[in-house]
Amino acid sequence: MPGPLNGVIISVTFRATMGRRRALLFAVPAVVLIAVTAVLAVTAHGGSWQPEFLGDFGFTIVLPLTSLIIGTSVLGAEIDDGSVVHLLATPVPRSQVVLSKFVVAAALTILLGAIPEYLGAAIAAGPGSRLAVGLLAGAAAAAVIYNALFVMLSALTTRAIAIGLIYLLVWEGLLANLVPGVGLLSAGQYSLSIANGIASNKSLNAHLTATTAVVMGLIVTVAALVICTRKLAVFSIRGDAA
Amino acid sequence: MTSIELNGVTRWYGNVVAVNDITMSIGPGVTGLLGPNGAGKSTLLHLIAGFLAPSRGELTVAGEQTWRNPGLFRKVGLVPERDSVYSFLTGEEFVLATARLHKLADPEAAASRAIGRLDMAEAAGRRISTYSKGMRQRIKVAAALVHDPEVLLLDEPFNGMDPRQRLHMMELLHAEGERGRVILLSSHILEEVERLSGTIQVIVGGRLAASGDFRAIRRLMTSRPHVFLVRSSDDRRLGAALIGSPAVSGVELTPRGLQVRALDYYAFTRQVAGLTREHGIALRELLPADESLESVFAYLLAS
Repeated sequence: MPGPLNGVIISVTFRATMGRRRALLFAVPAVVLIAVTAVLAVTAHGGSWQPEFLGDFGFTIVLPLTSLIIGTSVLGAEIDDGSVVHLLATPVPRSQVVLSKFVVAAALTILLGAIPEYLGAAIAAGPGSRLAVGLLAGAAAAAVIYNALFVMLSALTTRAIAIGLIYLLVWEGLLANLVPGVGLLSAGQYSLSIANGIASNKSLNAHLTATTAVVMGLIVTVAALVICTRKLAVFSIRGDAA
Repeated sequence: MTSIELNGVTRWYGNVVAVNDITMSIGPGVTGLLGPNGAGKSTLLHLIAGFLAPSRGELTVAGEQTWRNPGLFRKVGLVPERDSVYSFLTGEEFVLATARLHKLADPEAAASRAIGRLDMAEAAGRRISTYSKGMRQRIKVAAALVHDPEVLLLDEPFNGMDPRQRLHMMELLHAEGERGRVILLSSHILEEVERLSGTIQVIVGGRLAASGDFRAIRRLMTSRPHVFLVRSSDDRRLGAALIGSPAVSGVELTPRGLQVRALDYYAFTRQVAGLTREHGIALRELLPADESLESVFAYLLAS
């Protein structure tokens, strides 16, 4: 019985993802987050800017965007340029391919999104604060859930970035905040609610219980990875047509 | 004995039929898959490799279904036409990664052996992004051969190779065929397929237009004249004698000798020896002038 992960795929995917020019983009949202937090920490006086800024900017922009860029590139870039055929022309189970690529994407997003979120919270509220720990947990959950969705999206369509961006703007940015009930199907709400489960801060604007968020986040993550594996199992190369 | 078996295989995209009701059996040795661009060669290779599902028909490689069967790649090596590899890896890293994905017992030794067979040892330490197209082709073949597959599928393997590299690749494929491996390659470089492979499968418009030994295919096409170049002690007199034969439709004196257009391959080759003897002419050379794969292919396309 093969394990769920494949070291060769993890290593090659990591090098492929970090070796691309757009890898520099990965760090931009995180740098902006930490820089703005540092400026606010010096200039803002009182109020609840810490959870509002880190919750809003961090969970609606930094984490989703970092996940979108990384999640769509770990598998999607290889599908786009055709190099994935070399990987799929081996007996490696497709579930291993998907899980290995997902793990790389989630780990990089934790490194470039969740840890900066924690660093921002540590600057704003102290490194051991409940806010910092809660935001780290919520951000890590966001990295996992969003990347499962975006890796799946890159297997389903060649326009994963455009569709992912529309999803983030319309579903996560608009509907999840305006339409009651949509929060139950929002990755952003899952991660904010997990953060709130530890931080207990109303300014985070979380609408679900931590338990609901964890369960729903798990369901969405597993479902996305299963769909992605099934799609990769029927990966086709369209050849010439008469 | 390992083989590729297709039985009534059809593949369509919407209303477009890419491969139409193809039945063929490909055994050990080198087989050339020929056809013009868009004929369905790549579609057929992708079907055989399990990267496309047949819309209809049955397809097996080494007795196993190919679609949704990644385990089959333990027996199959694929060299895709598309020139995209992990260019940030060195040639050695790429072949070694492939060996590890196959979970070979000694991946380093297998990778080193495959790289050596493709004559890529010197360049193996360099990144693939620095390789020429021919070198990329060779490193792809090394990766496809690393697990010593029973079946090797190559889509346009000679693309971008210089003559020396082509010769080396041909020798390698020939040796693999001699070892009993099933080698199926598509190519538009007909001359090389002709040299490499006596067996061809010609695909035209998604259909199997011809199958078997290309010389035999040419001879079967009796509706078209066969061109021979004949050199003798007296070409003019031999020409006069040949034009009287019902097997001959035309004779032309050329600086290289007598160019004879024969309507019936077998009748002409039987008669020419008798005629020269009868007229006391010494026959010095008899060459089938149009028996290249190119001409076979052109005839099939025109028919």
